[in-house]
Amino acid sequence: MSADIIALIVKATGQTLYMVAVAGLIGSLLGIPLGVFLATSGRGELFAAPWVNKVFGAVINAARSTPFIILVVAIIPFTRLVAGTSIGTTAAIVPLTIATIPFVARLVETAIREVDPGLTEAARAMGASPMQIVFKVLLAEARPGITSALTLTIVSLIGYAAMVGAIGGGGLGDLGIRYGYQRFMPDVMAVVVVVLIVLVQLVQSAGDRLARQFDKRSRPR
Amino acid sequence: MNMVVLRNTATSTPQVLPGNDAPNPMVVFEGVAKRFAAGNTGAEVVALNDIDLVVPRGSVTGIIGRSGAGKSTLIRLVNGLEKPSSGRILVDGVDIAGLDEKNLRPVRRSIGVIFQHFNLLSSRTAFGNVALPLEIAGMGTQDIEKRVAPLLDLVGLSEKRDRYPSELSGGQKQRIGIARALATEPKLLLSDEATSALDPETTRSILALLRKINKELGLTVLLITHEMEVVKVIADHVAVIDGGRIVEQGPTFDVFTGHVHETTKALLGGLAGMHLPEFLTSRMSQLPEPGSRTILRVIFKGENATEPMLARLGSDLGIEVNIMAGAVDEIAGRPFGMLVVSLRSNEAKIAEARQFLAHHGLSSEVVGYVR
Repeated sequence: MSADIIALIVKATGQTLYMVAVAGLIGSLLGIPLGVFLATSGRGELFAAPWVNKVFGAVINAARSTPFIILVVAIIPFTRLVAGTSIGTTAAIVPLTIATIPFVARLVETAIREVDPGLTEAARAMGASPMQIVFKVLLAEARPGITSALTLTIVSLIGYAAMVGAIGGGGLGDLGIRYGYQRFMPDVMAVVVVVLIVLVQLVQSAGDRLARQFDKRSRPR
Repeated sequence: MNMVVLRNTATSTPQVLPGNDAPNPMVVFEGVAKRFAAGNTGAEVVALNDIDLVVPRGSVTGIIGRSGAGKSTLIRLVNGLEKPSSGRILVDGVDIAGLDEKNLRPVRRSIGVIFQHFNLLSSRTAFGNVALPLEIAGMGTQDIEKRVAPLLDLVGLSEKRDRYPSELSGGQKQRIGIARALATEPKLLLSDEATSALDPETTRSILALLRKINKELGLTVLLITHEMEVVKVIADHVAVIDGGRIVEQGPTFDVFTGHVHETTKALLGGLAGMHLPEFLTSRMSQLPEPGSRTILRVIFKGENATEPMLARLGSDLGIEVNIMAGAVDEIAGRPFGMLVVSLRSNEAKIAEARQFLAHHGLSSEVVGYVR
């Protein structure tokens, strides 16, 4: 394999990591609060706003049921507005982030709903404010679940990032399609797949280790 | 089985603890009702009705009832987690129902709660759990440290301070729950079935701890339970709740030894000596026959339970007493016993014997006759 090809692979890996990191970070920063809101705004809950909850839920469902590749082209005007261009790696971050927000929100909602309602009740009985309950009880107790949720998000993002070649986003998936498939270079394809597998493995085992560390629910000694 | 216990023969016993009329009670329920909407039909379920209840300051007051009787709703009304549909709830003179969520917070910090399932944060150590209410109250790290250490000591778990709840036994978790409830130095401790998930031995140790806290800190304790055992051991005052209503209330000993209400009786079913043994009931008749023996249930209360009255029936009146069944128990720290005895004697002598017992403060009833 020529040095050129190796340089391409390194560059593509860098692009994938860049897209995943930025989209993952912004998506989580927006998705986690949204997930908390979804989990606490139902009827009779901490921030009860059943109608807002329903509307948000519907929008999230719509976003999540749109195939990612369609989302990418459908929001091109928005991408141009945000990134100044609709082509390139940075532009690709916009649809990746948009897809990440509802994904994270739903997973975080699930993680928070798994927190024993008795703990919220106990905190209320202690005179905690709703925000104190969110930070000191819900987020603290859901930390292992949220860690697993974010791990899953990053793994999924690595997959999604392979599709943004369609708008010139670059990255490993794009490299695999253009060189491995269209130019019929099976060795490039193999390297791309191996690099992706290694990335996913690393993310998954790091996430699992972190989640285990946070989880104090039952740890045999 | 339909038993009528002769209440009026009971001697009036001195009140050690403040009665319902003691001034300045900690909690007062005035005509409280709570209704919940049932589904979307507009129908309502009445959870509590006509609740008038007084929790004397410094007492341990128990509310006992079957599940579904409205106990949990009642205790949630005290710290405002539930709003009454009508009536007033005064905690230390403040009407809880009139406060909004924000103004309830400081009040809640003055009311500790312990729960059946402990409700400890799994992500926090024993120390962290006890510190939580103090963090919520906005206390600084150093002050928290100073406050938590003696509390862990009080509940006997200083060496578990850095353990997570999953590493503790049920009894230890509840001790942490108690330390947490005491952290903000409350004036009232609510106990929501705090021992229902514990084995009998652990239950006893937790109750002893609550007793100690009540005595040493002068903390008023309001506990709800379905366990007769709990109320019998710890409560000075008791209210029996059934179908959303309080059917009886008063000093524990009086309520349980004078048990008039069906619900109280049902709850007492397990108490020693309440049931007649099968060998007696199978050959017992309700009318005397020539040569039959009289079966008498003798009820000992308080200090009388320790006097050798039955022996004196023999020595003073010359009546032969045969003990058939019975037991002596303890309610609110005072002995309470029931003996089923058979006497071979004529009716005049039996009447004399009962008069003798009544004179010494023991109530008795003729339950039947056997040949």
